Amino acid sequence: MILVIDMNHKKNSLAFSEFVLPIISVAEKTEVCVAKHYSETTQKEIGKYSKIILSGTTLKDNTYLDDVDKFMWIRKTDVHVLGICAGMQIIGAVFDSGVRRCEEIGMTDVETVKKNPLFSGKFSAYELHSRVIDVPEDFCVLAKSKKCAQAIKHKRKDIYGVLFHPEVRNREIIERFVGL
Amino acid sequence: MRLGVLFSGGKDSCYALYKAQKTDEVACLISVISKNKESYMFHTPNISLTKLQAEAIGIPLIQKSTEGRKEDELKDLKSAIRDAIGTHKIEGIVTGAIESVYQAKRVQKICNELNIWCFNPLWMKDQKELLHELVENGFHIIITGIFAYPLDEKWLGRKIDEKVIDELAVLEEKYQMNPAGEGGEIETTVIDAPFFKKRVEIIESDIKAEGNSGVLVIKKAKLVSK
Repeated sequence: MILVIDMNHKKNSLAFSEFVLPIISVAEKTEVCVAKHYSETTQKEIGKYSKIILSGTTLKDNTYLDDVDKFMWIRKTDVHVLGICAGMQIIGAVFDSGVRRCEEIGMTDVETVKKNPLFSGKFSAYELHSRVIDVPEDFCVLAKSKKCAQAIKHKRKDIYGVLFHPEVRNREIIERFVGL
Repeated sequence: MRLGVLFSGGKDSCYALYKAQKTDEVACLISVISKNKESYMFHTPNISLTKLQAEAIGIPLIQKSTEGRKEDELKDLKSAIRDAIGTHKIEGIVTGAIESVYQAKRVQKICNELNIWCFNPLWMKDQKELLHELVENGFHIIITGIFAYPLDEKWLGRKIDEKVIDELAVLEEKYQMNPAGEGGEIETTVIDAPFFKKRVEIIESDIKAEGNSGVLVIKKAKLVSK
């Protein structure tokens, strides 16, 4: 079972159908999905899922960055994790990286810089972010745009972060993650 | 949160409004009337009906007209949103964008510049599922514009029901036509919905069609009790 974590500023927000449902519609083709708001996710239950996907949020919503303590399970888990946009930023915050302003909105050219099972080569991706993370020490960069790192992976664990939105364009990336 | 809905009077903006009312407070509707029939951003047939629709819904409308030149349209949209922030103290915008990265990106940028929230509650929604939900929820939607092969004037004025959805699904299969018409294949006008306090009754309309392109222009309409 896959857990999709709603990263929006509150449970049942108007943004749920924009940022969480599109992920579920791709992932549930392969495996049953459940969605939970991050405020309701506990360390104890994390181990019962096969994969965890952290959603994005609206451009103006950075509330999750005030709640980093609710995501510390990411450091300890052995479950595969994919953080999308806000999800990637929270992975960075959990692993003590800095967050800085960097805006990309709309289709952007992305280039793979390290071989990985999720994507390859050059592709165009949908972006909606005003901030980026500095790549944490334990992570390597998998892809980048002209402005910043677009995808990262933990050096030893299956923890991935993508800054772009694969639920909008390049949905096969979610399918590949689910199939890992 | 107080929100303004970008409102064309068509099915997508009406459904986005319906969704927004379930979670937040919709303080106003915002319509941009483009003088350019080929507008890149804004739905055009019967956009002037939005005034009557807003009255039927009972939510104030901010209307702005634009010449409809590609990027100038956006300045006019931004100005309308700025008015809505000033007059109705909105903190965010809601759009009916489904698949169009072109539209979504532009509205996102405007909201970002104005430092307000942007919500797209229909984003990436399955188009046939959307049509079914609209019918199930009692939306009375009529087709008022057709702009793609093999549609013809016989489609104009039809109410979207399960039979029409089935026919659109066949066209999707055969011609790869987007069944909800977000690519501009079909334009729609909503004359009643669960949140309408009164319904719109069309008194006089006119069909202007040629080949696979045409509009049903609503010339006279009134509000009637439900």
